[in-house]
Amino acid sequence: MAEPTTVHPAGMDYVPHAAGFVANEGPKLLTSRFPYEDSYTLDRALATGAYVGLKSALGRAPDDVHAEVREATLLGRGGAGFPAGVKWGFCPEGVWPRYLVVNGDESEPGTYKDRLLMERDPHQLIEGCLIACYALGLSQCFLYVRGEMALAQERLATALNDAYAAGYVGRNVCDTDFSVDITLHWGAGAYIVGEETALIESLEGNRGMPRLKPPYFPAAIGLYGKPTIVNNVETLANLPWILEHGAAAYKGHGSEASPGTRLFAISGHVVRPGVYEVEQGVTTFRDLFYGDNFCRGIRDGNDLKAFIPGGASAPWFFEEQLDLPLEARDVGAAGSMLGSGAMVVMDHTTDIVKACLRVVRFFARESCGKCSPCREGTSWEEKILERILDGHGRPADLDLLLDIGENISPGPYPVAAHGSEGLDAVSFPPRQTTICPLGPSSVAPITSALRRFRSEFEARITRRDSLSVQAAPVAEGAPA
Amino acid sequence: MTYFTEANARTAAEVIANYPRPRSAIIPLLHLAQEQEGWVTRDAMVEIAELTGATPAEILGTGSFYEMFKFHPVGRYVVNVCTNISCQLLGGEELLHHVEESLGVHAGGTTDDGMFTVEDVECVAACTEAPCFTVNYRYFHRADPDTFDAVVDDLRSGRSPLARGAQGDDGHVPAHGTLGRLRQHVPDDRRAGVVSPEEAGEAPVWLRPAPATAGDSDG
Ligand SMILES: Cc1cc2nc3c(=O)[nH]c(=O)nc-3n(C[C@H](O)[C@H](O)[C@H](O)COP(=O)(O)O)c2cc1C
Ligand code: SF4
Ligand code: FES
Repeated sequence: MAEPTTVHPAGMDYVPHAAGFVANEGPKLLTSRFPYEDSYTLDRALATGAYVGLKSALGRAPDDVHAEVREATLLGRGGAGFPAGVKWGFCPEGVWPRYLVVNGDESEPGTYKDRLLMERDPHQLIEGCLIACYALGLSQCFLYVRGEMALAQERLATALNDAYAAGYVGRNVCDTDFSVDITLHWGAGAYIVGEETALIESLEGNRGMPRLKPPYFPAAIGLYGKPTIVNNVETLANLPWILEHGAAAYKGHGSEASPGTRLFAISGHVVRPGVYEVEQGVTTFRDLFYGDNFCRGIRDGNDLKAFIPGGASAPWFFEEQLDLPLEARDVGAAGSMLGSGAMVVMDHTTDIVKACLRVVRFFARESCGKCSPCREGTSWEEKILERILDGHGRPADLDLLLDIGENISPGPYPVAAHGSEGLDAVSFPPRQTTICPLGPSSVAPITSALRRFRSEFEARITRRDSLSVQAAPVAEGAPA
Repeated sequence: MTYFTEANARTAAEVIANYPRPRSAIIPLLHLAQEQEGWVTRDAMVEIAELTGATPAEILGTGSFYEMFKFHPVGRYVVNVCTNISCQLLGGEELLHHVEESLGVHAGGTTDDGMFTVEDVECVAACTEAPCFTVNYRYFHRADPDTFDAVVDDLRSGRSPLARGAQGDDGHVPAHGTLGRLRQHVPDDRRAGVVSPEEAGEAPVWLRPAPATAGDSDG
């Protein structure tokens, strides 16, 4: 902001920094250019080592580059955490052409990192795309960017135009026989398009509805029926560093199972919310929320009530999980996921029913409608929660909510361990009756909130006359 | 009678040439149509269908799936207020309430003077900067009612509000429909060329073993 407000509306300490990025202490593999005002220009990028990793890759055999990435154990940053080097190996032999689709649809509530990477360092992403295309023989790259991100589109368009003119993209990259076009593609507003097969449908000009699996990976059958690698923006943005410094150096950061750094967005009721580059595995949730180097505690010295550890799709965590390391395996075993690197912190003043409804409403609105458990189930969940919040809840509603959840996601739903009830965690991911995980994601906030704060829901139902009941009547078509 | 202006028709041709199959250009061309008129008209859909080898119904079918495409006129400025979880926790709903009150329209509505359309939207990827709103997809971070009023004031008096916006975005706010103020443009002599899925081809040239050339000693 030109005239930064010093007091945040919520009374928080506001440090006017680069649109949310906090340059804390620690290794900077992805954000080293961010502190420069002109970080997005080709001049600044070249002055700070851009395209060095690409040139190093071009000096090696493509297979060699692939091997380096496999060796680095670069885990996908889009949500599922699948190792990129392994996924790349799923392209069938001898089927050409192959394509690269970059997933820049970032829309999972709480998630804010890909937009920053695209706005502040587009050349890093472009370089990553080039390295992937070179290694795997991909004939064209489609950079699918969420439609709502106007500035990211402009920054990428400018960066591509400059990189084409400078010979880094297009015909004969850096005067080699490697040639590839990178095509900037605008999305148009739909969360589900972030699911990789829906992304491909959308890129083919269709409604963005996920495809039925198998095949489980578009690497087998993807865009136009051809082998297609889909990777997240942040995943690809790691490649220049890996190729410049090598897999061994990469594994010198973070933990063995999760090497390198990740961008985590921490939002909600913390003193210093922001996007932080964090070493995986060796940092805990407590470090992030309370550490001086990170978020500096809960606002006003309040108590933590709950937190979402990995985007709106993730089952919620509580006080007991604060000391878990930021490690996919541990977080999964504890009943949730690191997902898209988005943490939402709720302090004790949070109205849990309201928060739960808001997350569920998101999934109801964004359901693509292709399969009925999700299409119908998510909107039933929303309507029931709405009437509970409005003071029209019925005593059977809570079990009804769980029953609907059971139909979308049969079996024990992943939940955080709950010491006070002697319950163990059920690990992620859940079983599903749906085509994609969006439907089951809507169950996460409900089971999380109901397990822990059932009394708050019950209070809304049984003591409704003490609450404000001026709101809307029972939503039309709500299930009995 | 064609829909696209001469300049936009050229842009459309360039966009289509970027893809192995013309249908992939449907969404970019819907954006182009919206850029021309602020919303997607019937004539636009008919022309996009012709250009991409689809039917007008398919264009509507695809387009209506996506929130950004409007099939009726909207305000010159579309104000999107995020009320999703991170913003809700820090006052996103109260901000939306203020926006609705001060403009006198509910979410989904457009002011009588055609200046503003208000929308209650899902997460716009600015969660650490909550609460936030966008105007024609330009971001305003850590916003409060005063920020919003000042932005409205700027826009009504013809000034750019972007100095109040997220760091790094400046210049003017184009009318609704224009997403990027500039485009990707690939000069013909730099183009690698699209590789059609129909060409059951061989591995790209850099993956093939280098042909032995005369005098090549180390192979
Ligand atoms: C409902 C849904 C939404 C998703 N949204 C995104 C997204 O916005 N960005 C993203 O990179 N991956 C998203 N994913 C994950 C992708 O399907 C895919 O796993 C990912 O892009 C693969 O890239 P990676 O291996 O580099 O992580 C989503 C998945 C689901 C089921
Ligand atoms: S689970 Fe929901 S979003 Fe996914 S395919 Fe089914 S209806 Fe669509
Ligand atoms: S929740 Fe409002 S921007 Fe993400």
